[in-house]
Amino acid sequence: MRRLLPYPILSACLASTWLLLNAPLSPGNVLLALSIGLTVPTVMLALRPQAVRVHAPGTLARLAVIVLYDMVRSNIDVARIILGLRRGERRTGFVTIPLDLREPFGIAILSIILTGTPGTLWVQYDSNTGCLLIHVLDYTDGEEWVRRVKDRYERPLMQIFAP
Amino acid sequence: MNSTELPVWAAWLVVVFAIVGAGFSLTGAFGLIRLRTFYERVHAPTLGATLGMALILMSSMLLLSLIEGRLVLRDALIGVFLTVTTPVTLLLLARAAAQRDRHEGNPDAPPDV
Repeated sequence: MRRLLPYPILSACLASTWLLLNAPLSPGNVLLALSIGLTVPTVMLALRPQAVRVHAPGTLARLAVIVLYDMVRSNIDVARIILGLRRGERRTGFVTIPLDLREPFGIAILSIILTGTPGTLWVQYDSNTGCLLIHVLDYTDGEEWVRRVKDRYERPLMQIFAP
Repeated sequence: MNSTELPVWAAWLVVVFAIVGAGFSLTGAFGLIRLRTFYERVHAPTLGATLGMALILMSSMLLLSLIEGRLVLRDALIGVFLTVTTPVTLLLLARAAAQRDRHEGNPDAPPDV
């Protein structure tokens, strides 16, 4: 099983990408999708990427919902700031977040989440200290941002990519 | 294909998605002019790469699905690849700006990590 499917998630993604591009479903396309899903990941073996293990699929689904909600809300917030619809003083600033998450895949996902929610910008991550520097468009309280990133995103990611 | 095949509610939904999505992208572009510092400006275009993109793709998928009479999800791949690749560009830009600001000792340079 391990030799046949070294990267099962990659295989599934490749096969479904092929099927999406070549819809509608036909027996020939399914056969091609299966053969691509089986052969291409074996080529990837030469690059020796680290295999991903996803735990807690329930947490993954809950995280997806949270991120989707935050993305829509922060899009609207940033649009209001740009169009000048928000009253009052607005401050921007840098926030340093000490991350406990060390899994490379988890950090990659976190960078996608923080980029996908406008209003937070990933500036720098130091893998030695585990400190992440972000820039926030609506800086109210640094501690609040640290708590928000850690509670909403980092903790679920640590559960999902637990070694 | 002609426009009479499309039910009115679907046509409205497609138009609303497309216009709201384009509106978010336009707001993002507008933000590039309106916001003042580099770090503020980088936030603006992500509007077009996230919600703007999602709404336009939803409108496109809905239209194609109704016209072809089956579920067309091809456009979702655009969303996947755009979402996965945008952080790379923004990260490079932010790192380059931070490096330059620290080197030149600018007052709004980010603090050291």
